[in-house]
Amino acid sequence: MANKKKKKLTPTQQQYQTLQKQNETKRPVLKNCIKAFFVGGFICFVGQLLSTFYIYYFNFTEQTAGNPTVATLIFITMLLTGFGVYDRIAQFAGAGSAVPVTGFGNSVISAAIEHRTEGFVLGVGGNMFKLAGSVILFGVFSAFIVALIKTILIQWGGL
Amino acid sequence: MIFFWAFVVGGLICVIGQIMFDVFKLTPGHTLSTLVVVGAVLDGLGLYEPLIDFAGAGVTVPITSFGNSLVHGAMEEAEKHGLIGVVTGMFEVTSAGISAAIIFGMIGAILFKAKG
Repeated sequence: MANKKKKKLTPTQQQYQTLQKQNETKRPVLKNCIKAFFVGGFICFVGQLLSTFYIYYFNFTEQTAGNPTVATLIFITMLLTGFGVYDRIAQFAGAGSAVPVTGFGNSVISAAIEHRTEGFVLGVGGNMFKLAGSVILFGVFSAFIVALIKTILIQWGGL
Repeated sequence: MIFFWAFVVGGLICVIGQIMFDVFKLTPGHTLSTLVVVGAVLDGLGLYEPLIDFAGAGVTVPITSFGNSLVHGAMEEAEKHGLIGVVTGMFEVTSAGISAAIIFGMIGAILFKAKG
């Protein structure tokens, strides 16, 4: 596709494109990765503290403790998003705060708060899953395909 | 020890996300969708459970666990009810994340006002 686009451009435009590419600011990939590693690791560490708490006091197992942990983390995210702290963390950490489930929570909650001025039905209700919707769509659809294949293999393949 | 591995493995998953942001120039939406699909496929291959035993919250907190638990719920129902279970059991395990997001999103919208 990129090549097709290039052919339509005049030589001067092509020159400009290469010039633009040369002068583009390089993203500090390594620095960003280190930041993402520590912030993401820290969020998972907090998650581990929470799940240990749930395992010891509420009789969850290692496998099921993920659920209440996720819910608690999203609750914390709500507070951080509401007070405007999460945006700052996200700017610093990039994927470190987007990839953990807190990023999912933040995208839902910030959309809900942002569109509140448009009313609760059309604003909050309609926009809540604007960003998180794609995650749910692809998660559910891929899970459906995977589970379908696995079930068919187990039932008729004798796995 | 599990605290250490949760930190390292969770951090590494975030680094993978950051590389997808910076090197492959994907939007956050594309990155998260890809990671969810990866999680679902990993669970389909039976690789996610051992990871949870090994790293605990390091793999249950990143978004990949969303795909994992979707497949998990679907498979659990499928064992009881066959193919129909794949659809009916989909949200069995994941409900916590989604309902928490919806409930707290609504509460947040009631409590807080947008700034600027």
